[in-house]
Amino acid sequence: MQKATIQLETLTCPSCSMKIENAAKSLQGVDKDSVKVMFNSSKVKLDFDADKITLEDITNAITTLGYEVKKAQAK
Amino acid sequence: MQRFILGKKNLIALVSAILIVAAFAAKLIFHQEGAAVWLLAIASVLGLIPIALQAYQALRVKVVSIDVLVTIAVIGAFAIQNFEESAIVTFLFLFGAYLEQRTLNKTRRAIKELTEMAPESALKQNESGEFAEVEVDEVDVGDVLLVKTGAKVPVDGTVLSGEGYINEASITGESVPVSKEEGAGVYAGTILENGTLQIVADRVGEDTTFGRIIELVEEAQDSKSEAERFIDRFAKYYTPAVLLLAIIVWFVSRNIELAITILVLGCPGALVIGVPVSNVAGIGNGARHGVLLKGSEVITDFSRVDTLVFDKTGTLTVGNPEVADLKRYDDNETALAYLASVEGESDHPLAKAVAAHIGETTIYPVLKTDVIKGGGIIADVDGHRVAVGNVALMRREHVDLEQAEPDIARFEANGNSLVLMSVDSKLTVLMGIRDRIRPGVREDLQRIKRLGVKNLVVLSGDNQGTVDLVARELGLTEAHGHMLPEHKSHYIEALKEKGHIVAFVGDGVNDSPSLALAQIGIAMGSGTDVAIETSDVVLMNSDFSRLPHALGLTKATARNMRQNIIIAVGVVIVLLLSVFFSDWMNMSIGMLVHEGSILVVILNGMRLLRYKLRR
Repeated sequence: MQKATIQLETLTCPSCSMKIENAAKSLQGVDKDSVKVMFNSSKVKLDFDADKITLEDITNAITTLGYEVKKAQAK
Repeated sequence: MQRFILGKKNLIALVSAILIVAAFAAKLIFHQEGAAVWLLAIASVLGLIPIALQAYQALRVKVVSIDVLVTIAVIGAFAIQNFEESAIVTFLFLFGAYLEQRTLNKTRRAIKELTEMAPESALKQNESGEFAEVEVDEVDVGDVLLVKTGAKVPVDGTVLSGEGYINEASITGESVPVSKEEGAGVYAGTILENGTLQIVADRVGEDTTFGRIIELVEEAQDSKSEAERFIDRFAKYYTPAVLLLAIIVWFVSRNIELAITILVLGCPGALVIGVPVSNVAGIGNGARHGVLLKGSEVITDFSRVDTLVFDKTGTLTVGNPEVADLKRYDDNETALAYLASVEGESDHPLAKAVAAHIGETTIYPVLKTDVIKGGGIIADVDGHRVAVGNVALMRREHVDLEQAEPDIARFEANGNSLVLMSVDSKLTVLMGIRDRIRPGVREDLQRIKRLGVKNLVVLSGDNQGTVDLVARELGLTEAHGHMLPEHKSHYIEALKEKGHIVAFVGDGVNDSPSLALAQIGIAMGSGTDVAIETSDVVLMNSDFSRLPHALGLTKATARNMRQNIIIAVGVVIVLLLSVFFSDWMNMSIGMLVHEGSILVVILNGMRLLRYKLRR
């Protein structure tokens, strides 16, 4: 399991966080319980299985929702 | 394509505003009804594109978001050919989102300023011994780094060589530069004001003290209170419920206008955003004033506190005992030199105070040191038998204390700990040592009382006399001496059982059980790890004067949250009532009020950024 921290553009509506949360949870290889969308700091934190999914796949899923990803890190 | 459109939301809002103005000009000035309708229809479609895209994305991940409600409402308005309303609603929605983003950025600015102080690059030594600039992420523990004048220290580390002055304000809140030389510890995020240092990295990234402070504040601003989690759960079902209500109304009344108005009015904007906004602004204000608040639960609890319990040493007092009274019983000049020689051998805090008081003097070799537990030290100095310690030790040494009795009584009444010295069983020096009360603590406690805290209690391991004296001087309501750490936590337990809401203020070193046990643990730490971990509130740089600010701030923030909830709920109720019982309500006004109420709660939250405790 790797830990990802993804910095997004400023989130303005709490329902955006719900969208992002649901989208991230629906991805294969992402640990559902670990997904945390932080509204005020506009960050997503989650654990993922690097064998099943890449960090890029995750950020792509978020960008397709319409949220710009500013920085993504995994370790 | 989607990304392109969503990135141009603000431009779309602007174009649609121009179209709407043009349409009204065409209608009212040039009486071109047909052209006006076309312009409004174009504005509606243009404005709807980004909203509908977001709605589609939301539905794909099974969320009925506000975008979904608005999209259906606008399509409905289109269906009944009310282009004026569809155009205005889409514009207001987009423009509202823009204003929300602007104002939200402002409320979050305080915390952003903090995170932006994080170092980004470092000069790292490579294999050939030269320094090259790298991203701070590429620095590992053990790397050797060069820090130049004006640069940020990139990691927590130890100085290998060089010297300089460092401004540690980002860690301690203290902006007076600190001198650093070989062997000294340096912290990430602090600034080297002059000099050049080579350091070795001890802790990097999120493990550094600064990294942890940022992490803590970031977690805090997004931590949710019970009330907030309730609102979140509520919002999850609320939006679909509004959709359902609109559908039912449509079926029953066959009135599309009414149904789509309900969709717009039911948007839960202000309710879900109100509390997080107060929270982030309150925590941001704290971060700027050297108060770390760990989340909104802490804010709610602390704002209701009625009992503050203090540890004495290091909290109410400075924590460095000093010689306050001194009396000598013979003129032998070498006596003080003997005293300094003996005390120099000891690590005891009182011994350090004595040595500091005497300062530089001749040091005699000390032979045959004998430490008497709970008494003091007996040693051979310069051929004399020298005893340094308390009254019990003097009795043991058969020293005649009769002439000193009045002084001993007076020194004790002043709240001193006593240190006596005898040379060859003859009393030579009596010293009263006490810990100074922090300057300004009295005024700060007055302010805390005015904020509504009823009980101010001091707990200390010192003797009751000393503690009583401190309590009297500071106007505390209760004082208990002879307290061991476990007694302190029992005491707090008892207070809690009586129904008090208790905050414990300590330095986080030996009182972590009490810090953890009290509803609110307040650590006075210079950003020390223990303090950061175990407490709910951290006063940076051990600055007691930040306590009243912290209390006032949490009260203001809790009040602000309640105001925002009342505004949000009130607006929804008024809107829904007026849609059924008045005839002035329509979709555009509904959207205007809805967006307006979101801005009102954000602006209300922003007031917290400027919060200052009145003197």
